[in-house]
Amino acid sequence: MSNASVNNESGLLAWIDARFPLSKMMREHATEYYAGKNFNVWYVFGVLAMVVLIMQLLTGIFLTMSYKPSATDAFASVEYIMRDVEWGWLIRYLHSTGASAFFIVVYLHMFRAMLYGSYKKPRELLWLIGMLIYLALMAEGFFGYLLPWGQMSYWGAQVIISLFGALPVVGDPLVEWIRGDYNISDITLNRFFALHVIAVPLALVMLVVMHILALHETGSNNPDGIEIKENKGPDGIPVDGIAFHPYYTSKDLVAIIVFLILFSAVVFFAPEMGGYFLEHANFEPANSLKTPEHIAPVWYFTPFYAILRAVPSKLGGVLLMGGAIFVLFLLPWIDRSKVKSIRYRGWGYKLPLAVFAVSFVALGILGTLPAEGVYTLLARLFSFLYFAFFLYLYIYTGSEQGKPVPERLTYHG
Amino acid sequence: MIELIRNRVARRLVSRIVVAILCAAPLTVLASGGGSIMQHAGNDVSDVASLQRGARNFMNYCSGCHSAKYIRFSKMQEDLQLTEEQITENLMFAAKKTDELMEIAMPPADAARWFGQAPPDLTLVARSRGTDWVYSFLKSFYLDEEAMTGTNNLMLPNASMPAVLWELQGLQEATFRETTDDAGKPVSHFGDPAYFEHFEPVSAGTLSEEEFDQFVRDTVNFLDWAGTPEQLKRQRLGIWVIIFLVVFLIFAYLLKVEIWKDVK
Repeated sequence: MSNASVNNESGLLAWIDARFPLSKMMREHATEYYAGKNFNVWYVFGVLAMVVLIMQLLTGIFLTMSYKPSATDAFASVEYIMRDVEWGWLIRYLHSTGASAFFIVVYLHMFRAMLYGSYKKPRELLWLIGMLIYLALMAEGFFGYLLPWGQMSYWGAQVIISLFGALPVVGDPLVEWIRGDYNISDITLNRFFALHVIAVPLALVMLVVMHILALHETGSNNPDGIEIKENKGPDGIPVDGIAFHPYYTSKDLVAIIVFLILFSAVVFFAPEMGGYFLEHANFEPANSLKTPEHIAPVWYFTPFYAILRAVPSKLGGVLLMGGAIFVLFLLPWIDRSKVKSIRYRGWGYKLPLAVFAVSFVALGILGTLPAEGVYTLLARLFSFLYFAFFLYLYIYTGSEQGKPVPERLTYHG
Repeated sequence: MIELIRNRVARRLVSRIVVAILCAAPLTVLASGGGSIMQHAGNDVSDVASLQRGARNFMNYCSGCHSAKYIRFSKMQEDLQLTEEQITENLMFAAKKTDELMEIAMPPADAARWFGQAPPDLTLVARSRGTDWVYSFLKSFYLDEEAMTGTNNLMLPNASMPAVLWELQGLQEATFRETTDDAGKPVSHFGDPAYFEHFEPVSAGTLSEEEFDQFVRDTVNFLDWAGTPEQLKRQRLGIWVIIFLVVFLIFAYLLKVEIWKDVK
């Protein structure tokens, strides 16, 4: 594993290594990348997000081979894929379920960062790149949802695009510019297709590469929030670190299979997931003259949609919704605590974090329901709690006294 | 030690409850919707004989106005285990070749003029509305003098579709609960599903009540297949995929344990 043994190798690998840093990259990013040995289940979601990304790219390529991005043919071409293309139904369900799975693992991945302070110094930039990935993912989901050209595709896009109209002065021209038309039309569908299959995936892949490079520069955080690089053995290897390969590759493989079992259960037995992954109204072709009774965006947008609707003024709602996403970017500077991990932080952090998590989920549920009566009141309450968390966190962590953090990782082999 | 186990068990229990609540909460809210006018279809897509009867029903009673334009006759022949002869002689009225889609000759613009709106394509109606809805819809036509077609529908008030199955079902009237206003005068809620009480048969149909229910159930079954023709194949395959993954999981776990032996 040392450098000397690699340099002495001859044959194909040596030939490549003289021309491309293959062995060097393998060492830096796998066999000699050291991570804390105490990762728990929260640490699998990054890898799972990678798995889903690759699956989305592959299934997406095959879908593009039969999909027709035109207002007259789009809906029929999706049904053509479902019925006449060999294994088309499987490819389409993998892609549609994959979209929801992507957000599930990414939300859990982000919550992991909040549990163990993974966004704290020196990983602020890692968090910011991650947030950009999240933004790109939301754009990707939004553009992709228009493509089946069903009723909910059409009206969901109508609602979301019209939000930009709330901005003063530039609002209306901006909406027209986004749609490329006075209404959502064939032109809109074509540009969303271009953005969904080329622009955003390209950005996503580049951001993911940056995310991993940034991670491997600082090293992974761990459930104790201890920097393992600060305690190295005589061989220069962190005493609490283990090589990513083979230790975490073998462990992640187990996680990937467990994930695939759950994922397959949905794909093969409940691809609509009760109307949450594939909305019932989307099995009717888009009709610009017939507004559905109840328009709700797909579940992964509903927390922010609930915040939007909680505000009586449209502009206020749009700004607050934007703020709800923007405030996450600032998390590394809002949380001023010296202690990273929730294990060594008191109830003053644990309880508000729990309230925040509950608020986010509650907003997600409220966003799927009609905005009326008690639902609106609840949406206001949970929107308040969502923002109150960040304000509280900034004030509280100014003087937070954490528990003593141990020198070494806690690990019960 | 016991403390630790109990703690772990407790933690797992809590996490499980949380997961269950997260998954179930939106569903319970949804389940509280619906209403008593919805009846359970109780169809079975693996019942090929029922699908064949449903196909016959659909072609004879629905396909005059409604297309199912994402389905090919050949696909139906294959899935419903029919012969090419059975298809061409009994089920294809306008279509010439078995690889054609189930389209209709009626131009949508004319249809819209005749019925107020073009009869929708029915390929995906069981997916967009649900099988129970379609089943209840087909059973819920009742006499209404005000309506253009002479009948109205409980599931789809002011439906422009006439009661095409009336000869089979017989005619029925619907009674709605009356309320009184502040002055004590009775207020009619005729046609409002929220005030529906029950149906009253007016004339007998050619089918008995049980026979008619089965007729509608077969038709809904066909539409269920039409919406998701891959569903049986998908579920059969899914079992094998999951069995494979579970076996793979065992070996992957053993590999992980072996590799992690020296981590202390």
